[in-house]
Amino acid sequence: MHEPLRPGAPARHDGGRPFAHTSFGRRKVRQEAAARAVFLAMTLLMVAPLVAIVSHLVIEAWPALSLEFLLDIPRERMTTGGIWPAFVGTIYLVVISLAVAAPIGVLAAVYLNEYAKDSWFNRVISLAVINLAGVPSIVHALFGLGAFVYAARFGFSVAAASLTLAIMTLPVIIASTREALSAVPMSFREACWNVGATRWQTIRGVVLPNSTSGILTGIILQVSRAAGETAPIMFTGAVLYKAVERGTLLPYYLDDQCMALSMHLYVLTTQVPNVAPAIPYATAVVLLGSVLLVNGSAIGLRIWLRNRKRW
Amino acid sequence: MTPPGTTRSGARPGRPFVSLAAERAMEAAIRLSGISAIVFVLAIFFFIFREAAPVLFSDEFKPLEFLFSVQWYPTSVVDIRYGTLALTAGTVGVTLVAMLLAVPFGLGAAIFVSEFCGRRLRETLKIVIEILAAIPSVVWGFVALTVISRLMVSYTSAPVGVNMLNGGIVLALMSVPIIVSIGEDALKAVPDSYREAALAMGATRWQLVVRVLLPAARNGLLAAVLLGVGRAVGETMAVLMATGHAVQIPHGLLDSVRTLTANIAAELGEAPAGSAHYRVLFLTGIQLFILTFVVNLAADLAIRGVRRK
Repeated sequence: MHEPLRPGAPARHDGGRPFAHTSFGRRKVRQEAAARAVFLAMTLLMVAPLVAIVSHLVIEAWPALSLEFLLDIPRERMTTGGIWPAFVGTIYLVVISLAVAAPIGVLAAVYLNEYAKDSWFNRVISLAVINLAGVPSIVHALFGLGAFVYAARFGFSVAAASLTLAIMTLPVIIASTREALSAVPMSFREACWNVGATRWQTIRGVVLPNSTSGILTGIILQVSRAAGETAPIMFTGAVLYKAVERGTLLPYYLDDQCMALSMHLYVLTTQVPNVAPAIPYATAVVLLGSVLLVNGSAIGLRIWLRNRKRW
Repeated sequence: MTPPGTTRSGARPGRPFVSLAAERAMEAAIRLSGISAIVFVLAIFFFIFREAAPVLFSDEFKPLEFLFSVQWYPTSVVDIRYGTLALTAGTVGVTLVAMLLAVPFGLGAAIFVSEFCGRRLRETLKIVIEILAAIPSVVWGFVALTVISRLMVSYTSAPVGVNMLNGGIVLALMSVPIIVSIGEDALKAVPDSYREAALAMGATRWQLVVRVLLPAARNGLLAAVLLGVGRAVGETMAVLMATGHAVQIPHGLLDSVRTLTANIAAELGEAPAGSAHYRVLFLTGIQLFILTFVVNLAADLAIRGVRRK
């Protein structure tokens, strides 16, 4: 590690520099300070909106935020009440899409990292992964509508929406699992091969156990991504309103339509007149809070992982 | 990498048949998943094309009008027109505004994070950037519609707060995290010996950044910008809520516009399945698919150029 040699590590502007008091040195020092200030300002201008937005949302939402808001159903044509059907719907979509995307994504990453040789075919696969990650969410919605809703005859349903989400979030899992796998040193695999293990035995016995936390981080990120998406579910299974009972845990079947938090926020802000002002803010805070909570746990896991790394 | 060459020869005497069969099955599953990405990309293209094809090959369809006319009247009673130029102009306009804001700040922040701050601050800033990237697009749209639009009405001459500038600001905030993280990777890939050589020659850090690092990390930074563009072009919910709903070529920053993505989101619900309008919307989906494919391919080539060096 060349950390101390990297400029910028210790933030000294002139300390220890013998020419700092000459006019040439002074100009240099000023230039250094100016450069630092400019780039710092640019960074702060990026961070400031984040703090401003989050605090504004929380302040506006405060009057409506309560456990009751989470557990109650929307009332009076969605102008008051809570968000329970939407919250449960999001959980449904996330869990089902995760159940589909996680195995495929992890195995695809295992293939790309452990089996694939550097051939044109495997370069095409990598390119496909990159491209899949770049396909706009509304194009995924069109695909879900054409493939799952109509061609596979799932209709507008939880199943169609979660499958669309699963394909959309697959690249997230592939990319982060691949990173976790490639962090396992080659020597681990070689040692295992040398005692006669096959490739799969090596993967199961050595590679996967040593990258579990990294893979888990990727899966957690998929959850946060899937929970926040609106466009792909808007035309495949999420609806404006669906009557369910207050606080029920399993209100939807696979072929039901469902509500979802992200969709609910969109509907409250653009389609429903006379909503109590704090309600959309509170919905936004619950959505943002859940996503950030999930993301925060991924970040925490990664930091914990880095600290206990043994190689 | 030295492959062990034992993939198929696992049949040592004494190894139970079940374990061997399980291994074969597992490897088949892995290979199958490996090609799944290709299958899905092809499937996306196929199913969207399948819905769009009837209108694409019909006699009434005029490709030139579709691409180069500004007249988008899909639900008109007397004269139905499907010209997407105004939508394309909306996408290009909003993306341009977003990039004018996001590229300088994103690259500036990437330079700060990679060159000017200590380890602790760097880790903190990276987490902040990750959080910024995690905010769902519908929340951004909500912020655009409530906060930014109100600010826009009070501080500018805009008659309504939802317009191209609003969409550009939101998209800038959404694409900055990508630009920062990919840009920082690109700067990190520049060998330390370059920095040491420049500093040893008496360069200030400003000179180091402008004359050494930026040229050396050129390709990676280009890829960062391109991925930011890809994000901005493909974004749907935030622009749907932030840009207003006027299908027109924008003449100023404060004009309302509609993008290709927002147009699909706004109209797909009202277009009856199987109608010409519905199929034309799928056709604009293909347009978007190709557009983002080209942008992402360019970014990938730029990154590959870095690796080869």
